[in-house]
Amino acid sequence: MDLLVNGKQVRVNGDPDSSLLFALRDELNLTGAKYGCGEGQCGACTVLINGVAMRSCVTPLRATAGKQITTIEGLSRDGKLHPLQEAFIEADAMQCGYCTAGMILSGVSLLRKDPAPSEARIRQGLEGNVCRCGTYPRIVTAVRMASRKLQGGQA
Amino acid sequence: MIELERYELNEGPAYKFAPEFAMVRRDFLKTIGFGLSLVLLLDGNAEGQQAMPKEIGAWLHLGEDGSITVFCGKAEVGQNIRTSLTQAVAEELHCLPASIRIVFGDTDLTPFDMGTFGSRTTPFMAPQLRSVAAAAREEMLGMAAEKWQVERTALVAEAGCVKNKQTGASIRFAEITSGKQLVKAIDAGAKLTPASDWRVAGTSLPKVNARDMVTGKHQYTSDMKRPGMLYGRVLRPESFGAKLTALDSNQVTGVKVVRDGDFAGVAAESEFAATKAVGALKPEWTTVPQQPGSKELFAYLKANPEGAGHEPKSEVEEALKAADHKVESAYTVAYIAHTPLEPRAAVAEWTGDKLTVWTGTQRPFGVKEELAKAFSIPANHVRVIVPDTGSGYGGKHTGECAIEAARLSKGAGKPVKVIWTREEELTWAYFRPAGLIEIRAGVAKDGTVTAWDFHNYNSGSSGIETPYDVSHKQVQFHSVKSPLRQGSYRGLAATANHFARECQMDELAHAVGMDPLAFRYKNLSNPRMKAVIAAASERFGWGKPYTSAGRGAGIACGFEKGGYVACCAEVSTAGPAKIKIERVTIAFECGAIVNPKHLENQVEGSVVMAIGGALFEKIDFENGRILNARLSKYRVPRFSDLPMIETVLVNRKDLPSAGAGETPIVGLAPAVGNAIFQATGIRTRSMPMLPSLTATNS
Repeated sequence: MDLLVNGKQVRVNGDPDSSLLFALRDELNLTGAKYGCGEGQCGACTVLINGVAMRSCVTPLRATAGKQITTIEGLSRDGKLHPLQEAFIEADAMQCGYCTAGMILSGVSLLRKDPAPSEARIRQGLEGNVCRCGTYPRIVTAVRMASRKLQGGQA
Repeated sequence: MIELERYELNEGPAYKFAPEFAMVRRDFLKTIGFGLSLVLLLDGNAEGQQAMPKEIGAWLHLGEDGSITVFCGKAEVGQNIRTSLTQAVAEELHCLPASIRIVFGDTDLTPFDMGTFGSRTTPFMAPQLRSVAAAAREEMLGMAAEKWQVERTALVAEAGCVKNKQTGASIRFAEITSGKQLVKAIDAGAKLTPASDWRVAGTSLPKVNARDMVTGKHQYTSDMKRPGMLYGRVLRPESFGAKLTALDSNQVTGVKVVRDGDFAGVAAESEFAATKAVGALKPEWTTVPQQPGSKELFAYLKANPEGAGHEPKSEVEEALKAADHKVESAYTVAYIAHTPLEPRAAVAEWTGDKLTVWTGTQRPFGVKEELAKAFSIPANHVRVIVPDTGSGYGGKHTGECAIEAARLSKGAGKPVKVIWTREEELTWAYFRPAGLIEIRAGVAKDGTVTAWDFHNYNSGSSGIETPYDVSHKQVQFHSVKSPLRQGSYRGLAATANHFARECQMDELAHAVGMDPLAFRYKNLSNPRMKAVIAAASERFGWGKPYTSAGRGAGIACGFEKGGYVACCAEVSTAGPAKIKIERVTIAFECGAIVNPKHLENQVEGSVVMAIGGALFEKIDFENGRILNARLSKYRVPRFSDLPMIETVLVNRKDLPSAGAGETPIVGLAPAVGNAIFQATGIRTRSMPMLPSLTATNS
């Protein structure tokens, strides 16, 4: 099967019924998307599919044909981090870091839909992502910081 | 106390494999190139040094290429020790933090360490690394003085260089060690920089590997790949204690099926194939009948103490009889699961009879021993490497997954990776112990607590002592043969013991009609405890009347592992089952603060994690099966559970730094329980509290 990942056409051999997550991780070595629960409950496996945050662990390969998939590895441009990646560092919005890629991609998806989200909207938008270390307050701060940066830079 | 926290480790091996023997010796201190190696020697009885090579505490290498490498047997599981220990080394070595690389938890490269638990890295490991770094700095000064033929007092170490204060000449550490290969042993006891003079420690140095986290570059164990690697999956028994009596694998093709005694599993070309194959195996089990379940758990715990059980102490009984008010209560805490977001994972690779395993564990050397025992090979044939891990919270002390990957790899003749599924993690890992706590307390009319009889069944002894001044007391822990496999957890029993004690103190305050804050002050003399209570209650605005009905406030305090915590919580209620924690103010003091921002992060994270155990986390089980072993059935705190959290850090530069990853977790549950009482008049005595509130109302 051919996939469009981070702007490149790539071929994977996985069973069309198997999950996108394991094709990304095991065949394409894009391990930024993590396994956390296998039922779309924790958000660690989040990738963007046509710009929208999706749970790759419950997305079968066959459902991704012809769609643009963006993983955390494809978020920075020419070594320059996305403003939300920068904000996560600045806000210290992580501890073990295992949820971080999924959080950032969910946040990017949210900011595309709503460039200036309220705190309540951020919480609601990220409700499906679990940070077991409990860095939620800092993640909210990071999304707000990125929102300001993006608006300032692109207004 | 440490041993009590680790009683899960007393169990036998997970699997019994056929024995094999091989003997190859390996030198511990390998040559790692030119430069200067400094080795800290400790006496064998020092903290954390119990096994071979017992004399080495820490090890640091200054390479002639300018690299500064620290070797430390701890594991990074998100508590940010990669950053805090970098600060410790930079502080003493006088070099830039960015020039330091720490090798953690590699049993071939790092000195023995008992494990990363008990909040011991900061109080015990950091001083060791600081000693070795200070000695390295002194060596650099001495060698530069010799090279330049000048008085040592004319020299100063700065930013990885030695400088001559008079001439301004400068030489990099790397140039000083160039072409040399030196090993120096030093003793502990170097003069360390006091906190009041810290320049790197004590600052909010950003997480040193944060960029790798936000770009997905960091390789956790579960991300690793070795040439020719297969994906393993283990056949799980249908209930706890079930034994495999027969296995039909005729329907399974194209994968390697491994059966060895009690163990069976598969190794396949992909996760998908491995999962399908293990599902197609047809096993037969003999099961253990009539295992206790969560419904009858607390009666079981009370009825099955391993020791003598509760024995009355006469002076306490008399004080209870004489007390103006007596309050008797029983508190319970459920089993809960650590639920680290990265489940247990391991990659195993055999080279002849030598085994290398990468795995996320808090005890690399313990897992090494487990592997050596499981495969009957000498310990020096086993190397365990711990990549920075997707959290642990005390839940990754053991090596089950490492053993499974190694057994499958042995059978398949190729490297094998095993990543536990969430269901496996919520079933076959171990749990925070459940417990029953019975308290009888007496109080005088003036608010003086006069009698305290405290019995903890099963949940553990951490934080069991009351910090209040009570003249007649008995405090006992009763171990019980646990129905579920149980072990360490962030703060372990301190959470249960604090919940029971601080809620009971609240009840006593109400019994004598005193404000819970004033009641605590009346019974406390410890100035550090009083200081955090003052800090939290003042910031919280304790005692201010509420503008809306259905609100309540609670307070709790505690001490554990060298840290003092006080927590105030405000809850709102729209009916007993609809409790929301609106805001939390927490004050924490753990001596001199090493990294304020990271400390605040740990304290906040502890509050968030504590919400789960306080309100809704609970393992349900019946007859050897876990009934809610999925994330969709086992609720963990999410964004919507987040209260407004205010953190007050009390910095005591005059006191040694204590660990901070655990103790801030203990205050939240009792503060919330006490707030629920004020808001609803219902006293919650079970963790988690939400189900008991629903039951109270029905």
